Amino acid sequence: MVHAADRLSFQRGVRIGLPFSAVAFLLASSFGVLAAKAGFSPLQAVAMSALVHAGAAQFAATAIVAAGGGVVAGVLAASLMNARFLAMGIALAPSLPGGATRRALQGQTVVDPSWVVANNGDGTFNRWLLFGATAPQYVGWVTGTLAGAISGDLIGDTDRFGLDAIYPTFFLALLIGELRRPGARGVALAGAVIALALVPFVPPGVPILVAASAALVGLAR
Amino acid sequence: MNVMDPSSLWLLIVSTAVVTAVIKALGPVVLGGRQLPAAVTKVLVLLPAVVLAALVATSALADGPVLQVDARTAGVAVGGVLLWQRRPLLLAVVAAAAVTAVLRVVG
Repeated sequence: MVHAADRLSFQRGVRIGLPFSAVAFLLASSFGVLAAKAGFSPLQAVAMSALVHAGAAQFAATAIVAAGGGVVAGVLAASLMNARFLAMGIALAPSLPGGATRRALQGQTVVDPSWVVANNGDGTFNRWLLFGATAPQYVGWVTGTLAGAISGDLIGDTDRFGLDAIYPTFFLALLIGELRRPGARGVALAGAVIALALVPFVPPGVPILVAASAALVGLAR
Repeated sequence: MNVMDPSSLWLLIVSTAVVTAVIKALGPVVLGGRQLPAAVTKVLVLLPAVVLAALVATSALADGPVLQVDARTAGVAVGGVLLWQRRPLLLAVVAAAAVTAVLRVVG
């Protein structure tokens, strides 16, 4: 049974999620084009977005395929990009009720923007806000992929339209929200520097994972 | 370019989906509803800023293993200025893509 307060949180989440959904549509369109160029059928591109719903992982795996890499390399790259969800899931865990199956299913609704906006900032999360914010983004992500996958031949090179600038700007929007929080700027800068320093030397995804360790300075506060 | 056969692609898609689902489920299932120690919470509050900063920096400046300032970096910077001025996300994203595209045509 869903209580009135939960329904309000869900509705608020949907409203917050709508602009992210529009951006997800654009981002997913560029993924669809990339996937089509890498040899995915439209069904395969849409299936990946519907089943995975994690942009960084999908771009990473598809880039490996496009570069002639194998299944194992592709899945590994995607896993590394997704490793941040492990930390996000640990943070979210105490705010989820129910048994193992229900908790596992609720955990699937985590995508970066929803996790950030549902974060109460005190170690707890508003889970209905999380679910609400993810719902429109999921719709935008899947329909955008379809649009990109079937129009890929018409669009051609997505870099020509600057679509590769969408993804960083999307994360920048979330980051700026976080930087308004006290104490976040120093660690954010440290995380960026650590990640950039590692880029030339380790596989994609690993720099972000290692950079996350900068949050350990929280222990000293 | 058709570098992977359809059945391998399906294997890639399903494997990526399973791995992603397991990663997302692991924390909530293993940890259960237990409260985290205060020290862990202090670290977790800082985590989004750190991870997002790392994602932004690498996706704006890294092309594979190479770091470079290019049209995309300039586009993202313009998007960042608009976001900092609290303009709508969609406007910032479209401006970032447009600036990047124009610089590529000019350059």
